[in-house]
Amino acid sequence: MKAKRLLALAFAAASLAAASAGAQTVRVGVVLPLTGVGAEFGQQVDRGIQMFMKLNPDAFGPYKVEFVKRDSKNPSGAEAKTAVQELIAQEKVDIVTGFVYSPDAIASAPLVSAAKKPMVVMNAGTAWITNLSPMISRVSFSMWHSGYAMGEASAKLLKAKTAVVGYTDFPPGKDSLDAFKRGFETNGGKVIDAIPMGGPGQVPDFTPFFQRAKDKKPDVFYVFVPSGDHAVAVTKAYAALGMRQAGIKLIGPGDLTPDHKLQEMGDDAVGLITAHHYNADLDNPANKRLVAAWRQAYGANASPDFMAVQGYDGMAAIAHVVTTLKGKIDPDKAQEALKGWKYADSPRGPIMIDPQTRDIVMNEYLSELVKVNGRLVQKNIGILNAVKDMCKELKEGKCAQ
Amino acid sequence: MSGLPAVQELAARHRLRWWEALPWIAGIAAFFLFPNYLSFGTLVLVTILFALSLDLVLGYAGIVTLGHAAFFGAGAYTVGILAAHWNWTEPLSGLVAAALVAGAVGLVSGWVVLRTQGLTLLMLTLCTMALLEQAANMFSGFTGGFDGMPGLSFQPILGLFEFDVLYFRSQYLYALAVLFACFVVVRMLVYSPFGRSLTGIRENLLRMHAVGAPVRARQVFAYAISAAIAGVAGAVFVHATGYVNLAVLGLDRAAGVLIILILGGYGRLYGAFVGAVVYMVLEHTLSKAYPTAWQLGLGLGLMLVALYARNGILGLIDALRRRWSTP
Amino acid sequence: MDLISTLLGGLASGMVLFIVSVGLSVTMGLMGFVNLAHGAFAMLGGYVVVYSMRHWGLPFAAALALGFVAVALLAVVLERTLYARLYRASELDQVLFTIGLVFVMIALVTLGVGPESQRVVLPHWLDGQTDLGFIKYRTYSLALILAGSLLMLALWLGFERTRIGAKIRAAVDNRRMAESVGVDVGRLFTLTFALGSGLAAVGGGLGAEILGLDPQYPLRYLAYFLIVVAVGGMGRVTGVFFAALLIGVLDFVLKIEFPKGGTMFIYALTLVFLLARPQGIFGRKGA
Repeated sequence: MKAKRLLALAFAAASLAAASAGAQTVRVGVVLPLTGVGAEFGQQVDRGIQMFMKLNPDAFGPYKVEFVKRDSKNPSGAEAKTAVQELIAQEKVDIVTGFVYSPDAIASAPLVSAAKKPMVVMNAGTAWITNLSPMISRVSFSMWHSGYAMGEASAKLLKAKTAVVGYTDFPPGKDSLDAFKRGFETNGGKVIDAIPMGGPGQVPDFTPFFQRAKDKKPDVFYVFVPSGDHAVAVTKAYAALGMRQAGIKLIGPGDLTPDHKLQEMGDDAVGLITAHHYNADLDNPANKRLVAAWRQAYGANASPDFMAVQGYDGMAAIAHVVTTLKGKIDPDKAQEALKGWKYADSPRGPIMIDPQTRDIVMNEYLSELVKVNGRLVQKNIGILNAVKDMCKELKEGKCAQ
Repeated sequence: MSGLPAVQELAARHRLRWWEALPWIAGIAAFFLFPNYLSFGTLVLVTILFALSLDLVLGYAGIVTLGHAAFFGAGAYTVGILAAHWNWTEPLSGLVAAALVAGAVGLVSGWVVLRTQGLTLLMLTLCTMALLEQAANMFSGFTGGFDGMPGLSFQPILGLFEFDVLYFRSQYLYALAVLFACFVVVRMLVYSPFGRSLTGIRENLLRMHAVGAPVRARQVFAYAISAAIAGVAGAVFVHATGYVNLAVLGLDRAAGVLIILILGGYGRLYGAFVGAVVYMVLEHTLSKAYPTAWQLGLGLGLMLVALYARNGILGLIDALRRRWSTP
Repeated sequence: MDLISTLLGGLASGMVLFIVSVGLSVTMGLMGFVNLAHGAFAMLGGYVVVYSMRHWGLPFAAALALGFVAVALLAVVLERTLYARLYRASELDQVLFTIGLVFVMIALVTLGVGPESQRVVLPHWLDGQTDLGFIKYRTYSLALILAGSLLMLALWLGFERTRIGAKIRAAVDNRRMAESVGVDVGRLFTLTFALGSGLAAVGGGLGAEILGLDPQYPLRYLAYFLIVVAVGGMGRVTGVFFAALLIGVLDFVLKIEFPKGGTMFIYALTLVFLLARPQGIFGRKGA
């Protein structure tokens, strides 16, 4: 009968609606510095997240995602820990992500282990972070990706024999030092001095530290500082002390050449050689699309940088988890889904999550900063494909656990 | 109050008033009412203890210090170093160790700096704290430097109550118990003849000298006790959060506790409670939503307090009560 | 360690400390007022310089002058309306008030401009290096040393050779006496407070290359400004000069030799010094 058929149809429709309504909203906790010294980094990552959602509206399929943001404030990690605790205990999030500063990720590791929540690290670069918990995976980088590569390149390409390392005194800085040293000394170089240059909290006056480096007369001066204002101050100090004229090349990981502050660095920065997994001048379709959309949203002078891309890729990873698990986030299955995940459409080129270490495997680009038509541009002078985190590969120090 | 003669006698002897039970009742109630906020609650309790220690020197002995975090940090690092380097993770003995170390630092630094007054004294308290902070940075092999020592774990309290990483239940009750114990000590001290002589020193230094009271000795002693208690607060902080870094010795923390005590009302023991709860709850909620506006409001509030409400919230309450009780 | 370069570097930062702190020293010596917000005036000066150069295209020197005037005016307003109420208040209230004021200023700057640090773009005649014959050193640092020395000279002359200077010195040494011989101490204070804050503003703009410029500036360098004033002796311009240079050079050398926590020696030395001589280098005992 017609009525019966109608009823059946209605019933089917209703149950379909109920089924899709019953599909859970996935709650994602995002821990970023929204205030304080790290606010600009938090903003980059946040924008990267939003850009992904904007440029890939179907990435999550039929599943809804709800973001809960928390401010990790200063780089000490204490606030991040409280934030993660609240996100897990009160907000009942399914996944935790963000983490600009290494201390933030380090402090949160025991919490996500205890609560069994997948944690996708979008920046924090200290190599052994992924060893702290099986729930942690990383889409950003390890200091060893860029540090080891730069050390190797300095010895082989730049033919440097001696180096002085200047680094900000906190886990990523020490990590970068170790990475560069390993890469450089394995290839015949010698690090003759390592100078801790204050904490990540505020930009110190680099003059005394650079003076010490200058006095040692190395071939290259490898500097790691948190990206952003520190990096700008580095190039200024380098120029102010006339170090280039003294024959000392300034090199470093890409943290030294933040894309969104690049033009501010001026002529002092020309000739700077860096190794990194991303710069805004990379020539691939996904990046071109991102940069165009970014300029449209945030102004012609704005630029995404590596933190933004990490936010972008982090969301791609989370989208993969959500669609693979059909909106029901089981922690162990989530980690399984991430292991070996490949993403060809990243603005930084092809990336993969290493199934052994849950850390990222990606290309490292060697670039030299040149001036083209009055603008500072990163010129590609070499590519290392599918670089793994050498710290864990070589089981160095704390990476051995 | 209860009609039992023994209780009445106890109350009379110690001048206990009925409302003094309120903070503790509130503390226990909070445990049941806010089970998801206990990590925040533990931090509040630690801050109350810290502010209480400051009240002893500021409110009662009249010493204006911007460096009280030196002792908080001394206690915190004691516990951290013992746990990280000597595997000494028993919490209660850790508290004792922290109190002893911090108290010693207080004794020495107090003996040295309390011969000065005014700006010079303020400077010296700042210098002492900054000195310790940089020393901790310098000997980063021991202290972990800027990164500090994360991931510290401690044995269960009394072998029974494990530290609960996710919900902070045992941490909260532990902090509450320690706060209670220290509070009893401070309260007894304050109402003792020693405590009254401190008030005398604060109110009229010249007269105290004139009557031959051992002013310096009393000040130093109060300073040392206060330092010990601040050290205990630092120790509980590390026990609860499992993490210590240079921030425990920073100006932010020292200035923060000063503000909290002033806000609540100094020289009245309970100012620490009121100030810490009000400040931290406001900061937690407002600073999340409007962080810069929070700082603006806080600054304005401080200016107003300095200009008009000399004795903080409790002082305001007192003034209001007086106005309503006079016909 | 390259001795001359190190000395020059240290002197340059010492000069910045001097320019910022001298105002604090005189006002504290004059009124005995603990002004922890002094660094905020330096910061505001820096922001005025940056803003006027960036948005109005003012040349560096003119921007500094503007910073001086603007901040001095603000200081007058604040002093007359707020500070004056607390001259007789307890030290604690002064500490609270000025900390509150710092927070307000930090918050306003953060809201108005943003939390990022600002760059002062130096004019090209300050860029690069200058050849002094025996050494080539950063022009900007040499300029700072020159500027600080000239200021010192000007202030010294002002204090020693003018009537107003004499009045200020008299009021610093013995306020009651000065009042009784007819010195209008209240007006004097407004004047010195304005001058001191204006100088701090200039120091903030001039020194932004070295000390940086961001909303956290006033709290970050508070200890150093206070140390320079306490060690130099309140109200003593020459004292502040030498104390600032000493601290500047010491800080520089310590950062080179002991980059990790080397500045602890500054605090240790200050402690020892102030205990031996609480009135500072040139201060008078019992002041």
